[in-house]
Amino acid sequence: MSKPMTRHADVQTIPVSFTLNGRLQEIDVEPNELLLDMVRDRLGLTGAKRSCDVQVCGACTLLVDGRPVSACTTLAFEVRGRSVMTIEGLADDGKLHPLQEAFIEHGGFQCGFCTPGMLLASKALLDENPNPTEAELKHFMHGNICRCTGYKKIVESIMAAAKKMRA
Amino acid sequence: MKSFENIDAKSVKEAVGLLSKFHQQKKLAAVVGGGSEFLQLMKDHVVEPDYVINLKTIPGLDYIREERGGFRIGALAKLADIEEHAAIRDKLLILAAAAGDAASPQIRNAGTIAGNLCQRPFCWYFRSSNFTCLRKGGQSCFTVTGDGRFHAILGAGPSYIVHPSDTAPALVALGAQIKIAGPAGEKNIPLEKFFLLPSVDYRRENILNPGEIVTEIFVPMPKAGSKGFHHKLRERQAWDHAIVAVDTIVESSGGVVRNAHVVMGGVAPIPWRATKAEEFLRGKKLDEASAKQAGELALEGAKPLKDNVYKIKLAQELIQRGLLASV
Repeated sequence: MSKPMTRHADVQTIPVSFTLNGRLQEIDVEPNELLLDMVRDRLGLTGAKRSCDVQVCGACTLLVDGRPVSACTTLAFEVRGRSVMTIEGLADDGKLHPLQEAFIEHGGFQCGFCTPGMLLASKALLDENPNPTEAELKHFMHGNICRCTGYKKIVESIMAAAKKMRA
Repeated sequence: MKSFENIDAKSVKEAVGLLSKFHQQKKLAAVVGGGSEFLQLMKDHVVEPDYVINLKTIPGLDYIREERGGFRIGALAKLADIEEHAAIRDKLLILAAAAGDAASPQIRNAGTIAGNLCQRPFCWYFRSSNFTCLRKGGQSCFTVTGDGRFHAILGAGPSYIVHPSDTAPALVALGAQIKIAGPAGEKNIPLEKFFLLPSVDYRRENILNPGEIVTEIFVPMPKAGSKGFHHKLRERQAWDHAIVAVDTIVESSGGVVRNAHVVMGGVAPIPWRATKAEEFLRGKKLDEASAKQAGELALEGAKPLKDNVYKIKLAQELIQRGLLASV
């Protein structure tokens, strides 16, 4: 677990301007500030979870320019000029994304801790491959661990959402 | 995580100049590309530089270009882009497969080819701040008396790390070159010569000197009649390092080998070329018996630790399987 950062007057700050869930966001960060700490602690978006903290579990997954990255091991200033989506940006004005609906309908989660990462990673998958095979889906989701479901319901949810989105 | 000053480099020349300057001033500096490996090393307190030179701000260093003689891959090309590149999948399939076997999609979307080749060992003693191992300036490699189940069986001692790169064995099998920029200018060397055995220097894994950075990988087009094989064995299918990986390129005609490259990952401190097996295969017809013999020759001289004897059989079998799939 990384320690909370103390801010010092003599430490370099880097201005970061980026798109966060479709809106322009400007914030000054310290060089060693992690993307996960910036969105959770400073921007109040706590959907992304800190879990393993070593980029293995996928609970901190965010989309940067549409692709999943581990925010626990990404420097905040790396998102300069880029587009970031957190789970808070997935629903469109209160209307759930088809993936969210499918996860509810098909029981794609139990405790829910991995769910924000699962939803964002699977969104990235379906954006680039609307009709994945199960093998392609599993390969794409290798970076997201669930310790409750045994994955079957997650795969079913994503496949169901894919079908609905293609229709 | 320790604080540092970030410097956005605008060119390779500037990055090299800064690295050299900090080295002369005895200040700790590091270059960073994708950042996933760097941040892991920072979190594990393995490296803690005061200055970080950000290479991602150098324009146009992430290219993948197909030329007549082969592919030029910029240092900052992401593993995901190599994995998904249509022409690489078509002509250098083992490289695309190896890139796609690295870590997780999240890391492949950040991690670069140069970073993958310059990774530090993933040995648990090396990565743990509780151990000052030989490679970190300590007195001994703890794998010898400790737990070395994932460690080296070939080319090791006094350190028993295995090289963690998934792309390195594939690239060595393909005969890739690596371009290095430094204070004295640029040089191109065979990738095979990039890696260092611990008997030569157990404090570093490659020949990069202070002030030098990797700028490009060149992969020659495989000769006509060549076929490759890549397989990575691991404990779990997702996000894991190789227990044994095998990459082969076999140039053959009518089942008779003209030239074979057999390279293993996960078994040695460098991508391990099985030269004895390669020599044996030249002019031989590839069948069950010759493939089996090549596997045995490849592991000749293996010196396992108490916990990793199993790797020998695994590697022999995988080479046999790979060779039979390469004609």
